[in-house]
Amino acid sequence: MPELKRTPLYETHLEEGGRIIDFGGWALPVEYSGIIAEHRAVRSSAGLFDVSHMGEILVSGPGALEFLNYALTNDLSSIVQGQVMYSPMANEEGGTVDDLLVYRLAGDAFLLVVNAANTEKDYSHLRLLAAERPGVEVEDVSDRWAELALQGPRAEDVLRRLTDFNLGDIRYYYFAHEVSVAGVSCLVSRTGYTGEDGFELYCEPADAAALWRAIRDAGGEDVIPAGLGARDTLRLEAGMPLYGHELGEDISPLDAGLGRFVAQDKDFVGREAMLKGSGRRRLVAFEMTERGIPRQGHPLIFQGEEVGVVTSGTYSPWLNKSIGMGFVPPDLASPGQVMAVSIRGRQRACTIVKRPFVKGRRKT
Amino acid sequence: MYPKDLKYTEEHEWVRVEDGVATVGITHYAQEQLGDIVFVELPEVGQRLEKGESFGVVESVKTVSDLYSPVSGTVTAINEELLDAPEKVNEDPYGAGWMIKLELADEGELAELLDAAEYTRMLEEEG
Repeated sequence: MPELKRTPLYETHLEEGGRIIDFGGWALPVEYSGIIAEHRAVRSSAGLFDVSHMGEILVSGPGALEFLNYALTNDLSSIVQGQVMYSPMANEEGGTVDDLLVYRLAGDAFLLVVNAANTEKDYSHLRLLAAERPGVEVEDVSDRWAELALQGPRAEDVLRRLTDFNLGDIRYYYFAHEVSVAGVSCLVSRTGYTGEDGFELYCEPADAAALWRAIRDAGGEDVIPAGLGARDTLRLEAGMPLYGHELGEDISPLDAGLGRFVAQDKDFVGREAMLKGSGRRRLVAFEMTERGIPRQGHPLIFQGEEVGVVTSGTYSPWLNKSIGMGFVPPDLASPGQVMAVSIRGRQRACTIVKRPFVKGRRKT
Repeated sequence: MYPKDLKYTEEHEWVRVEDGVATVGITHYAQEQLGDIVFVELPEVGQRLEKGESFGVVESVKTVSDLYSPVSGTVTAINEELLDAPEKVNEDPYGAGWMIKLELADEGELAELLDAAEYTRMLEEEG
């Protein structure tokens, strides 16, 4: 087995009792005290995650805005310095290269935060697109950033103990640069992948362990460390797509329910193919009404016919029932629609429901 | 962690034999590796199982694992409490977390299983 990559918090995870797994080539904790306990802590108090494996790509230069507005599906022309925007990035066939966050650092500088496993692919894709354009620089700066996510209704309260900065000034999907948190200079955004209020903190790798320790100490019983397992169940309850599950090179962002992040009135990579090729399937959320846990790849069955496939499924620690997402034909996608998941060859009934499963307390 | 009166498999099941009836569950190590167990699927009473045959699944939040019968026999009882309270497997793997009872078809198969010392050594070697 090749040597796994480590984040700057690897030793910290061992000290915290994290159970380390191979996550796409990264040695990261799947859990500390247990996925269910960590999940519930994030919904009721706060959890601290290491997400330093995420990739960061800097796009800068006088042509950066115009370039990104062509490379990404969302309309970036309205975002101001200090603002964050979520966007899919499409390929020529209208499928999804990745979904990412764009931070506008300055007028002509944008930081893209991308899925860890896609970092190299995204970087090559952007470099290739940028080669045709003067005044655009694309740089993989993943090694320069560590990232912690502090998520949950008590996140702001905990972070306030460590900074003089008025966190109330950071609205949902905005950020502040060079905020001193426990003496560590951070980029702090009010973003996350849990459906709850919370922050993502970016700092230099050398400072990450000290920042983690400071948040844990200041947080006391309000914060517990949370691993990748809880991150996945939280995002699923929040109805958020995960690349490799609800999104992929052959999945259109429109089919994945991301239409509001696709600006159809502008020109972008993959636009024609996407508009033409979408609409034959739709991403839905469903709850099991019979025993069984749906998992990625399980067939969705209606009237004895296979009509779709499960993209993600789990036991929901907050709702205490089994939930999932998957693709079905549009005429079977309405909430209330009853169908079945084929689990190990047996059909188990489920009902389509509205997303999200859990409406967190994130501030909008 | 690994009671001396039990026999073990390399797939991390345990067996306790009393009067020709084998009680089967998963080990402390197995439940710890799985994490929070949220679903257990067990066979029907009366089902005949061969040694090494899958008799059900145990699912944690993230993982699905098959359960393999350590010995051949006929299922005489299943632990129905686990259907509603699968967390008992985490809490008490050798007691309330038992899974099935089998009427042994061939007591000779028991000799092929690991004892506590052998199982513990295997875990150490796996690291």
